[in-house]
Amino acid sequence: MLKVKDLNAYYGKSHILQGVNFNVNEGEIVSLLGRNGVGRSTTIKTIMGEVPPHGSIEFRGEEIAGMKEHEIANRGLGYVPENRDVFAGLTVRQNLILGIKDMKKEGRWKMEDMFDMFPNLKQRADVDAGVLSGGEQQMLTMCRTLMGDPDLVMIDEPTEGLAPKIVTQVAELLSEIARRGVSILLVEQKLAIALKISHRLYVMGHGHMVYEGTPDELKENEQVRKEWLEV
Amino acid sequence: MFELIFFSLLNGIVTGLLLFMLASGLTLIFSMMGVLNFAHASFYMLGAYVAYTISLYLGFWVGLIVAPLVVGVLGAVVERYGLRHVHRWGHVAELIFTFGLAFLIEEIVQFIWGKDTKAYHEPEILQFPLFTFFGQNFPAYKAFMLLISIGIFIALLLVLTRSRIGLIIQAAITRPNMTAMLGHNVPLVFMGVFGMGCALAGLAGVIAGPALGTFPGMAVVLGSIVFVIVVVGGLGSLGGAFIASLLIGLLQTFAIALDYSVSDILVAFNITTDAESAFRDLWTLSLPQIAPILPYLLLVLILIFRPTGLFGKRES
Ligand SMILES: Nc1ncnc2c1ncn2[C@@H]1O[C@H](COP(=O)(O)OP(=O)(O)OP(=O)(O)O)[C@@H](O)[C@H]1O
Ligand SMILES: [Mg+2]
Repeated sequence: MLKVKDLNAYYGKSHILQGVNFNVNEGEIVSLLGRNGVGRSTTIKTIMGEVPPHGSIEFRGEEIAGMKEHEIANRGLGYVPENRDVFAGLTVRQNLILGIKDMKKEGRWKMEDMFDMFPNLKQRADVDAGVLSGGEQQMLTMCRTLMGDPDLVMIDEPTEGLAPKIVTQVAELLSEIARRGVSILLVEQKLAIALKISHRLYVMGHGHMVYEGTPDELKENEQVRKEWLEV
Repeated sequence: MFELIFFSLLNGIVTGLLLFMLASGLTLIFSMMGVLNFAHASFYMLGAYVAYTISLYLGFWVGLIVAPLVVGVLGAVVERYGLRHVHRWGHVAELIFTFGLAFLIEEIVQFIWGKDTKAYHEPEILQFPLFTFFGQNFPAYKAFMLLISIGIFIALLLVLTRSRIGLIIQAAITRPNMTAMLGHNVPLVFMGVFGMGCALAGLAGVIAGPALGTFPGMAVVLGSIVFVIVVVGGLGSLGGAFIASLLIGLLQTFAIALDYSVSDILVAFNITTDAESAFRDLWTLSLPQIAPILPYLLLVLILIFRPTGLFGKRES
């Protein structure tokens, strides 16, 4: 459903993405691994149109490279940024409402679903999102994007800096997302989680993909792990 | 004394709310663009002139409705085809653009309508004293201005805090990229807010024109006061702009009403002045004479003692 071909991107003069190729199929969970700074976040940002793309990005057979961010989002691509970008001055409930693209359309997710999965958010529904804990903010950012009923969500390092108990919750939500037929492109630092939930994984090295395989294949392949993942 | 305070209070609130009609739009636009729109008061002036011309043919009431719409559309066009392109060259370019626009509008106004004050009057049905209090009249038109301003204030408050579009505006102002990536058309929101702000300024011009005069200098006269307000209130703070608008409105009307001289005030502090001294002119200055500089005095004091303004947050 998502096909990225020879994608290049730049920050000023530095050439960050140097010919990225990969795809995500319908209903698939795909992880994007790699060391810090290789350009995983930039890949997602470029797909969302936040960084100007050079190359081809096809979503459901339509070329989306060059479209505006909101046009891309409205075609069914969801994005959960790495920095927990909540609207700090607005309440939890308002944050969730802002995720909804079309108030008239019934989507896969309702606010009640979110509150059932995360009672913490329900309890603090009318509290400013800025005062939530890091874990709660992470949940909120993910739930907010889901309220927009995306068919593919791209999630950037959702477990970074979270306590083990909350990491488990995040992993459960990821499985729930997949269960409801939403494809996932996941950038994840914790290899164990990525291996557990992904159908396929890509490993990224300086600005392009250096490996593609299934979790089992990657487990076997010590050389790739040593060269591109372990520090 | 009581009637003086009563009327000054009323007039101060009328002026303050009128100022807020400009300050609110300017504040929202500042939060969005990150720069002050120097042409904001020019849209206020356009409102008055457009309404004046319409009133000649179709009467005051048609002008009241149509002129703000015309000005709002003009504002939206300026954002869409001017500012949005200038934006990529940075804040300085935007600032200079709005500066140039202010001059351009002033020249165009003089070109079309001439340099003299226009005979733009309140409608006849509002030309009566609403009530008389201690022998002093309160004109119905002022009450009408008050009513419109309060109506606009409540509408603005409701839209911003209670409606979905208000929520999107708040989100787009603080986190434009994130808001866009949730599927909201942020450029459209910005154009709308800019147009709305200009329409409000235009409406202020429509109702202020008959009361304060419709002349090519009206933008400069009010514009600088509105800048003082948004800085005193705290850049980007709507609540601050509201308080500062009322503060400045009251400050100005009370200063004009209270006919004290500097020496009178000094006497209150037990300081006597020599009527023959070299500073004689200074001592005999009266409050109404220095009223016009009071807002700027307040600005200077605020910048010295509270640089972020009354309700501003320091930028991180
Ligand atoms: N806004 C920016 N301006 C200039 N350079 C940037 C910017 N953002 C990222 N970079 C650089 O681009 C490269 C790729 O960054 P990116 O954020 O995509 O890395 P990453 O793989 O997500 O790693 P991590 O999230 O661990 O930092 C890095 O070298 C980074 O320094
Ligand atoms: Mg990253």
